[in-house]
Amino acid sequence: MQEMFPYFLNGISVGGQYALIAIGYTLVYGILRLINFAHGDVFMVAGLVMVYATASMPFYIALPLVVLATVVLGFLIERVAYKPLRSAPRMSLMISAIGVSYLIQNMAFYITGGVPQPVSNPIPWISENVTILGASTKRVTIITPILTILLVVALVYLINHTKIGMAMRAAAKDFETAQLMGIKINKVISMTFIIGSFLAAVGSMLYFTNYPSVAITSGGMPGLKAFVAAVFGGIGSIPGAVVGAFIIGLCEEVIKGLGYTTFSDAFTFALLIVVLCVKPTGLFGEKVTDKV
Amino acid sequence: MKKLLACTLALVMALSLAACGGKQAPEGEAPAENGDKVVRIGVFEPQTGDNGAGGKQEILGMQYANSIQPTVDIGGETYEVKLEIVDNRTSAENGPSAAAELVNRDVSIVLGSYGSGVSMAGGKVFEEAGIPAVGVTCTNPQVTADCSVYHRICFTDPFQGPALASYAYDGLGVKTAYVLGMLGSDYDQGLMYYFTEAFEALGGTVVSEEFPEGTANFVSYINNAKSAGAGAIFAPVSINYAQLIVEAADAQGFEGALLGSDTWDSNMVVESAKGKNADVFVTTFYQEGGNPEFDDGIREWINANADAKTNNGGNDMVAAVTAMGYDAYFTALEAIKAAGSTDPKAVLEALPSVSYEGICGHIEFDEVGDAKRDSAFIKTANTETGVWDFVKVQSVQ
Repeated sequence: MQEMFPYFLNGISVGGQYALIAIGYTLVYGILRLINFAHGDVFMVAGLVMVYATASMPFYIALPLVVLATVVLGFLIERVAYKPLRSAPRMSLMISAIGVSYLIQNMAFYITGGVPQPVSNPIPWISENVTILGASTKRVTIITPILTILLVVALVYLINHTKIGMAMRAAAKDFETAQLMGIKINKVISMTFIIGSFLAAVGSMLYFTNYPSVAITSGGMPGLKAFVAAVFGGIGSIPGAVVGAFIIGLCEEVIKGLGYTTFSDAFTFALLIVVLCVKPTGLFGEKVTDKV
Repeated sequence: MKKLLACTLALVMALSLAACGGKQAPEGEAPAENGDKVVRIGVFEPQTGDNGAGGKQEILGMQYANSIQPTVDIGGETYEVKLEIVDNRTSAENGPSAAAELVNRDVSIVLGSYGSGVSMAGGKVFEEAGIPAVGVTCTNPQVTADCSVYHRICFTDPFQGPALASYAYDGLGVKTAYVLGMLGSDYDQGLMYYFTEAFEALGGTVVSEEFPEGTANFVSYINNAKSAGAGAIFAPVSINYAQLIVEAADAQGFEGALLGSDTWDSNMVVESAKGKNADVFVTTFYQEGGNPEFDDGIREWINANADAKTNNGGNDMVAAVTAMGYDAYFTALEAIKAAGSTDPKAVLEALPSVSYEGICGHIEFDEVGDAKRDSAFIKTANTETGVWDFVKVQSVQ
């Protein structure tokens, strides 16, 4: 047990990182029925902004700037690439999302010259090493799951107890009717993207403190795995995304700990296939009711 | 109205593309127009992807050499030497198309690549076209063995792997080594194999694991090394992964040594080890300070050239691959001079008998096309000053 402890610790941390990204997928899906493929790249851009911002300005300016830039990016993507397609078939939205994803990657390619950028100036305190129960790790490893849970609690409160949250729930339930009831649907959707991007920015800062190198493809793998987590938990459900992310994070690291390093990624995607075949709505998925 | 807008947008995009295309064409034609004689040397290097950083440093050496010696005398006539640089994007899938582009640009000889997998992929194209290639730092033996036109000026993995293994076993007293490489990388897999073979022959035990491309989280791999009781981690991986491994080893409190191959010899790796609790040892081709005249010259050139400095990782440290790039350029000039022609076929015939005294040592080819080398430099990262310190010259018994 003592031997496996570092793997559990790391697994929970990885799970927290996936959870912060997975919420962005699940929120957008809940309202727009769109899988926002650009979300992983928004995560990567947040990392790049952090690399450049922390190198040139103090942290109390740099970190809010990372959050702000990411939120603005998420907002703009929705306004430019998704809003004009509101009445178009859902497939067009999906294709637009894939286009945005490649656009962002290639812009990052142009800016970085295609070379992975090291985080030369990591956030102090959380990037320091600590020892817990004989296992050495970075402080960020412990902070990630705690911060994730706090943010999720805040988000659930926002959705269940505020006016905008009620509007979001209404829009998720029935898009057209919500509109007829006087809900400003564009405002609600923008808010969804803002929350999703905010969480991705926080996730990105934690992720790239732990693994300090940002490549243009850095968003791809965490994004895909977070997507699997969202599907596993039941896409559209916030608790589902969080639980799914923690399970996937833990399993991956434990599999590595058992000596099957080569199969840790394969496991995640095999899980996706199994879930889609056996229980397509996921762990906490909404029940599909046919509207007559 | 909407249709009009869409058409206009499409037109603007098409025109801007055409403008880009138009700009490039005259650039390539310019030297021919003013009547100068030109010999073209192809540079087949990654500038993007995992090996982008290393490839750029290797190109720097060639560009510096080109700035020092921009002409070559062939049969009594002075030719201008022009470097034709293409980006093979690190991966073997992109190698053949990048190589084909060099063939289309009528190069007489090709230099590169950093990274063995992409060199093998490109080698087939060069072989078909009959263009000679000089590998600069691709160390996998199959690069030259499977390709009649490929030669190389660096040592090979069957030498480098055992050199590190014997240094770890005898020099550092390590009995168990943890070997980590990327799945599907010819370079990583080759070195892992030769290291393991030599280390086990010496009496040590090896635990070997692989990670998929794009991995950022090396924490569990380091924990596996710790629980295996490894005294050293040998990871012949590209610079990007090397940085992450150093970081993870420090965070997890790994006590043993980190052994790296020639790819690790980069200012970016030594910088990420700065201030960390890490013992990093690498084998390499050249130790900074080995030729002060060259070091001073290239430093001055890098500092005077903002692009070069960015490509070198933002400082003026001289990487071994840069020195090797420099030697490769002059080796190519020797071959062209000996051939007395810019025809690739003639250069290919002249190349095997070339002998050149480079700054990284004497260069001569054996019958396979490999350089005859019997020693490597071992360096360690000084975590206080952030530079490489020389340890010893290692050869294999």
